[in-house]
Amino acid sequence: MQLSDLAAMVRSKNAGPFVLTFDILFSDEESYLRVKRSGALNVEMFAKLYHTAPSKVRFFECDKALALKFSIPHPTTQGALGSADLHGGQQFIPLLAVQIP
Amino acid sequence: MNECRFIAASGMLGIGVPEDSLRKALETKPHFVAADAGTTDAGPFALGKGVCAFPREAILRDMTILLRNTVPAKIPLLIGSVGTGGADVHVDWFMEIVREVAAAEGLHLRVAEIRSEQSKDFLRQKFREGRIRALDPAPHFDESTIERSVRIVGMMGVEPLQAALETGVDLVVAGRCSDPALFAAMPIMMGLPHGLAWHAGKVVECGASVCEKPSHGMIVGYVRPDEVVIQPIGPGLRCTPQTVAAHSLYENADPFFFTEASGVLDISGTTYEQMEDEISVRMRGSRFRPADQITIKLEGAELVGYQSILIGGVRDPFILGEFDAWLGRVQQRVRESVEKVFGRSLEALNARIDYHAYGLNGVMGNLEADRSHIPHEVGLVVEATASDQKTATALVQLTRQPLLHQPTTKWKGSITGFACLHNPSHIERGPVYTFNVNHVVLPDSPVSMFRTTFTSIEGAAHAIV
Repeated sequence: MQLSDLAAMVRSKNAGPFVLTFDILFSDEESYLRVKRSGALNVEMFAKLYHTAPSKVRFFECDKALALKFSIPHPTTQGALGSADLHGGQQFIPLLAVQIP
Repeated sequence: MNECRFIAASGMLGIGVPEDSLRKALETKPHFVAADAGTTDAGPFALGKGVCAFPREAILRDMTILLRNTVPAKIPLLIGSVGTGGADVHVDWFMEIVREVAAAEGLHLRVAEIRSEQSKDFLRQKFREGRIRALDPAPHFDESTIERSVRIVGMMGVEPLQAALETGVDLVVAGRCSDPALFAAMPIMMGLPHGLAWHAGKVVECGASVCEKPSHGMIVGYVRPDEVVIQPIGPGLRCTPQTVAAHSLYENADPFFFTEASGVLDISGTTYEQMEDEISVRMRGSRFRPADQITIKLEGAELVGYQSILIGGVRDPFILGEFDAWLGRVQQRVRESVEKVFGRSLEALNARIDYHAYGLNGVMGNLEADRSHIPHEVGLVVEATASDQKTATALVQLTRQPLLHQPTTKWKGSITGFACLHNPSHIERGPVYTFNVNHVVLPDSPVSMFRTTFTSIEGAAHAIV
């Protein structure tokens, strides 16, 4: 099963102009715990997917929100020349196909 | 019981304040109504150019609905980060709208205008004193950054808002302002717990987007000595413990700790419960740790150049079959052409040309992982950026012939392999800006960087200062 089959919402967004953040939300505790406990989402896999150093990746498990969250320094800075996603809203796509055992 | 009630009238002034929901929410007899009007989300243009990201008509409409309901009821209205950027030019622009509404609606009101733009002299002085510190991550900052900036604003916390509210004004027009501070200012003044007040603000700053299925409506917040209640008002709106807890993730790097000017909001121990009405949520346990040193966050924008673009598409399957190589040859031809015409390279001109191939990797650039299919059509946006508009336009014009006639390995003879959308094929985009500051100032006090003036507006078609 892949992440998009289990998550109620996967999204990315600027958190200010210099940080890009990713939220993975679940609508039930079972799906949340399944993904959380699988360990499939972690700092190392995220760093690889987004071409950044593991030391730059922040990962949060938010039990009350049934959510997992990553934040990284913005790959371009919001609105920088050559960048093409002003709000950072379409950068979550590589997460969708992450395999959840 | 000590209780502060408030209305979060809109997640963003300009997207539409529903008057029916507002009237219903006003039945709770709130102590204030507030809405945020600014963001960096719209990009650096608003701050750089000094314009609002929303149409004036949309702001006028929302302010008309708000003022005609709050002013006669003597309920203070706070609008933060006006005009998107919250600089002085935005405050002036916003005050013109307020005057127009007051005249049209026959309203008499006292207004506090709080300005948050920072002078270059002040910033230079603070930099030399070592009282400007970088956040993480931050671009390089020194005195030349200050020189290059068009505008730098400081983000106020609750204190300048409280000073204005204490005078009993009808309307607070705040320059750049922390969104939750708009909602935390009054409950803290009333002696309610800082942690609950700030967390209430954090939850409601985006209006009804904290609801299960966000739609038109607003939020009423109740801050009490031991709890906050978040109540949505609008057709079909419902908050659940999960939607409220999850909202703290949105557009924040850290979902548990939030740094404000005067300290850190800690919601790691907050509990969320559904209320009996099945649509409201109670929160308890949010804490605020006051900082030893006030920090005022800066936002700045500088001009990076002028831009001209060209839009078109490719449909030829034989070009698409070798698109990367084909575009590589186009780019090489363009570089040669620039050197012939200008006698200098793009780099020497301090210019650049970016190619966005929609249908291939236009949205994600080099982060695009899926290049498994050959699309049947690709849209191309070519962006030339230079230090003046004339050069940017000349550069983008020089891309047209190479795009039109770059051969493909399949066809023998001259081809026209690129479909231009427009005539003329280029569009002048004007100035472009970038955010250039992610730093804080360590000021003397939480109010010292902000300037408040009071104005009385009489509802006739003239204003009396």
